[in-house]
Amino acid sequence: ESCPSIKNILLLDSEGNRVAVKYYSDEWPNNSVKEAFEKSLFTKTQKTNARTEGKQFVFLFVHSHLSFSSCPDKKYHSLTFHNVFIPFLFTAEIAMFESHIIVYKFVQDLHFFVTGAENENELILVTVLQGFFDAVGLLLRGTVDKKEALENLDLILLCLDEIVDGGIILETDANVIAGKVASHSIDAAAPLSEQTISQALATAREHLARSLLK
Amino acid sequence: ADYSPFLGIEKGAVLQEARVFNDPQLDPRRCSQVITKLLYLLNQGETFTKVEATEVFFAVTKLFQSKDIGLRRMVYVMIKELSPSADEVIIVTSSLMKDMTSKTDMYRANAIRVLCRITDGTLLTQIERYLKQAIVDKNPVVASATLVSGIHLLQTNPEIVKRWSNEVQEAVQSRAALVQFHALALLHQIRQNDRLAVNKLVSSLTKGSVRSPLAQCLLIRYTSQVIRESANNNQAGDRPFYDFLEGCLRHKAEMVIFEAARAITELNGVTSRELTPAITVLQLFLSSSKPVLRFAAVRTLNKVAMTHPMAVTNCNIDMESLISDQNRSIATLAITTLLKTGNESSVDRLMKQITNFMSDIADEFKIVVVEAIRSLCLKFPLKHRSLMNFLSNILREEGGFEYKKAIVDSIVILIRDIPEAKESGLLHLCEFIEDCEFTYLSTQILHFLGIEGPKTSDPSKYIRYIYNRVHLENATVRAGAVSTLAKFGAMVDTLKPRVFVLLRRCLFDNDDEVRDRATLYLNTLGGDGAVVETGEDVKEFLFGSLDIPLEPSEEAFDINSVPKEVKTQPLAEKKAPGKKPTGLGAPPAGPPSTVDAYEKLLSSIPEFANFGKLFKSSAPVELTEAETEYAVNVVKHIFDGHVVFQYNCTNTIPEQLLENVTVIVDASEAEEFAEVASKPLRSLPYDSPGQTFVAFEKPEGVPAVGKFSNMLRFIVKEVDPSTGEAEDDGVEDEYQLEELEVVAADYMLKVGVSNFRNAWETMDADCERVDEYGLGPRESLAEAVNAVINLLGMQPCEGTEVVPNNSRSHTCLLSGVYIGNVKVLVRLQFGLDGPKDVAMK
Repeated sequence: ESCPSIKNILLLDSEGNRVAVKYYSDEWPNNSVKEAFEKSLFTKTQKTNARTEGKQFVFLFVHSHLSFSSCPDKKYHSLTFHNVFIPFLFTAEIAMFESHIIVYKFVQDLHFFVTGAENENELILVTVLQGFFDAVGLLLRGTVDKKEALENLDLILLCLDEIVDGGIILETDANVIAGKVASHSIDAAAPLSEQTISQALATAREHLARSLLK
Repeated sequence: ADYSPFLGIEKGAVLQEARVFNDPQLDPRRCSQVITKLLYLLNQGETFTKVEATEVFFAVTKLFQSKDIGLRRMVYVMIKELSPSADEVIIVTSSLMKDMTSKTDMYRANAIRVLCRITDGTLLTQIERYLKQAIVDKNPVVASATLVSGIHLLQTNPEIVKRWSNEVQEAVQSRAALVQFHALALLHQIRQNDRLAVNKLVSSLTKGSVRSPLAQCLLIRYTSQVIRESANNNQAGDRPFYDFLEGCLRHKAEMVIFEAARAITELNGVTSRELTPAITVLQLFLSSSKPVLRFAAVRTLNKVAMTHPMAVTNCNIDMESLISDQNRSIATLAITTLLKTGNESSVDRLMKQITNFMSDIADEFKIVVVEAIRSLCLKFPLKHRSLMNFLSNILREEGGFEYKKAIVDSIVILIRDIPEAKESGLLHLCEFIEDCEFTYLSTQILHFLGIEGPKTSDPSKYIRYIYNRVHLENATVRAGAVSTLAKFGAMVDTLKPRVFVLLRRCLFDNDDEVRDRATLYLNTLGGDGAVVETGEDVKEFLFGSLDIPLEPSEEAFDINSVPKEVKTQPLAEKKAPGKKPTGLGAPPAGPPSTVDAYEKLLSSIPEFANFGKLFKSSAPVELTEAETEYAVNVVKHIFDGHVVFQYNCTNTIPEQLLENVTVIVDASEAEEFAEVASKPLRSLPYDSPGQTFVAFEKPEGVPAVGKFSNMLRFIVKEVDPSTGEAEDDGVEDEYQLEELEVVAADYMLKVGVSNFRNAWETMDADCERVDEYGLGPRESLAEAVNAVINLLGMQPCEGTEVVPNNSRSHTCLLSGVYIGNVKVLVRLQFGLDGPKDVAMK
C-alpha cells in the first residue's frame, strides 16, 4: 500500500508507436488494452506543451570524462559518466489520465512516459522519469532520437530493467543506471585498458558534436 | 526516411535465427542481436506459442556457456520475459545459482533477481542462505536486488522472507541510499501487522537520519499511519511525530518536502496551526518553474480546500495566476480550488477570469469547472444571477454532449434548489433548445419544462418555445414537445384552449408517434369534445410515471392495464426519460401494486364500475404452491357493498395456451355473500400474467366474513414450442386452488395517528368498550402481540409493536379505519400470566 510503485514506463515515437514499453501492473491485461492506453495517452499529451518549440535539443557540454571507479573491495568496477550531458529546456510535464498520474517528457521524435497511481507522490514519479530520460541520453551519447534508440534497443531494454523491478523503483540516478547498463560491454574480469576509455570518450565527443551541428 | 533496424522483421525468421544459440562456437555479438530482436517482437505485442517459447527458452539456456557479460545481461532479461514453467526453471537453476555466487557483482545481482522471479518456494529454501548473505552484501546493487526480490517474494512465501528480518534490519542502516529505501520497504512489510513493531521502527528512525529521500518518503508514510492508529488514545496535547513531519518540510529534497506537506494536510482533524507550515511550503511550490511541482501543490491544496477552505485563501493570489498556466490540468485545479475558497464578493471577478479560460480548455476540464460552479452557486444562492448567466453563456458556445449535459444538469439543479433562479433558468433552457443539436437534451429539457413551466408566474411565455420544437425538430423531439404542451394544458386552465389549437395542428404531423400523442392528449384533456376524465386522473396520467405497454396485443389498448411504478426515483434521476414507448425489452406488466392502481383497474371494468369507492385491497394471497403448473394469487378488494376477488394467474407451461380462464368460487361457507359478476380472462399465454375477477355482493357496511373455495377453469390448447402456434382445438380443464377467506382485518385500513393519547382523549367516551380475552398459551409475549395485530389488521402506533425482551407485560397502541369510515383506536394490554390474558379497551 505505502510503497511507491510504478505502473508502466513507455517510450513511444512521434506517432505514438512503441519503441520500448514495460508494464508492471496487471491493470492492462492484454496487448490491445495496452495499445489503446498508449494511443489515447499519446493523443491527449500531444496537445500539451511538453515539447518546447524552436531549438529542439540542446545539451550543455559541461565537463566530460568517463571515470573508472573502484569499490573498496576492488572487485566491483563501474563506469561513471560525470556531467557529460545536461539536457535543459525540458521540464517534465504532468497529466491526470484515466485515474493515473502520468509524467512525461518529449525530445525529438521520442516520447518518455512514466505512469503511477492517482494518489502517488508526483515528485517520486518525476524522479523516475528523469532517471530514465537522462540515462537514455547518456547511453545514446546525446543523439536521442528514434533511430538511435532502435539501433541501441538492447541498451534501452536493459535501462528499463535497471530502473524498475516489478513496479518497485530500483534506481533513479541516471549515472548509476547508465553505468550498470554500459558496464556490459566490459568484462569486469578482464582489465580495462586505457585505450577503451579514451575510445569511448572520443566516440562520445564525436556524437555530441554531430548532434550539436545538426 | 523512417529507417528502423527492425524494418520487415518477422517472427518465423527470427526464431530461425535463434538457432545460432546452439552453435558450438558462440558469437556473443550475434547472439545479443538475436535476443534483442526477440525482445523487440515481444515488446511490440507479438506472442510466442507454447512450443516456440519452450524452444527459445532451451536455446537461450545454452548461452550460459558464453563468458560475455553483455550477452549474459540479455539472457537474464530474456528469461524473465519468457516466464518459464516450473519444469523449465529446473534447467536454468544451476546456472543461475552459480552466477548467484559469482565474484562478479553484476552476475550476483541479476541472477538473484531472475531466480527469485521464476522460482517457487521449494527452491527458495535451498538458496535462502545465499539470499540472506546477499542482503548485507557490500555491493549496494546486489543488496538492493535481493531486497526488492524479497518484497516480491513476501507475497508468495511470507514465512521464508520473514526469517530474514535481522539482515533486513541491518540493511536499513546501509550507507547506500537505495539499499536503505528497499530495506525499509521490506522491513515494514514484514512487520506491518505488528503495530508495536511498526511504532518502534518509526520511533527509532524518525530520531536518526535517513539518508535516501525515497526512504524518507516511506518513513513519512509509515509515520502518518502510526499517527492515524494512535489518534484514538491521544485526545489532548501535541500530536506525536508532528514535529518530525514538520521537520521534513525543511528537507533538501522536494519529494520529501512535498510528501511531508501532503501527510500533514491529510492528518485526521488537522488544526489550522498544524496546517500552516505545510500550506506555506505548498504555496511556494505554486510559483515553481516545474509544472510537476505546481501540479502536485495545487492538487493537494484543492483537496485541502474541501475541508479547510480558509486555510487555503492565503494562496489565492498565486492560484489566480495559475489560471493562465500552460498546463491545463493545473489551470483547472487552480480554478476549482478558487471556486471552493472564494467568498461571495470575489465571485464576480472570478467568473470574469474563468470566462476567458473556458475558451481554450478541453471539454473534460470544462465539466470539472461547471460542477465547481454549480457547488459555488448552491453555496452562495444570492449570486445565482451571475452564475446562471455564466452557465447559459457557455451553454451557447461550442461543446460536446457530455459538456452540454453537465451544464444542463447544473441549471436544472439550480432551478430546483434556488427558487429565485427558476424563471431565468427555465428561459435559458428554452433558449438553448431553440438551437440544440442533441435530441436527448432537447427531450429532457422539454420534459422538465412540462413539470416546472406550468408552476411559474407566467406559463404562457414558454409555449412559443415548445411549439417551435414541433415545427423545427425531429420526430422524437416533436413527440416530446407534444407531451409538454399537454402538460401545460392540463395544469393551466387558461391555456387550455390555446393548447388545443396547437395540439390539433399536430394531428397532421407525418410521424405516427407525434400524431398518436396529440390524439391521446386531446382526448384525455377533452379537446375533442369527449367526456373528460377528472382533472386528477389526467394529471396522474400525464405526470405519473407509467410503465410501458409492451406486447402487441389484439385487444384494444387500455391505459388502465398499464401499471404505475411506485418506487420513488432518486433525485439524480429526477429527469426521467420521456415516455416514448421504446422499452421493448422491459419486464412484462406485473400485477398492479398500489391501491390507486387497483382502483383504476377496477373502475375500468364496467361490471365493477358502480361498486363505489374502493375501501381496501389486501396484499396478494397465494392460492397455489410455488412452482406449480399454474401460479395463482388473489387480491381481495373490499367495497362498501361488494367484494371483488382479483385472481392473478401465471401459466408456467410453455407448451400450453389457456383460454377463457375463470375461477369458479363456491361461497357455501360464506352465507352473506352472493356472486354478482365474473370477468374471465380471454387468453393466458405462457409466462405472461393475466387477471380474472369474481365479484360478490354483501350487506352494505357490514364486515361480513366467510370462506371461499376456488377452482380454476379454463380451456387448454397445446402450443408447438418451436413455432409458438397454438392448436385450434382445446380441452376444458380444471385446477383446484386453495381456499380463501375474507376476515375482519380485510375491513380495516391501517391508518396511523401522530399523537395517540390526544386522539384517544378526544374520542367520545361512549364509544369506548373494554373486554378481556384469553389468548391461550403462546410462545412469547411478542408473538402474541404480533398475532393480535395481524388479526386486527391495524396500524401499530408509536413503535409499540415492539416488545422488549423478557418483559412480563406490554401495552400496544393500534389505530385504523374500519369499513364505513369508522375511526378505531385500540389499546391492548398484554400480561404474561400463565395463559395470557389480554385486556382490550
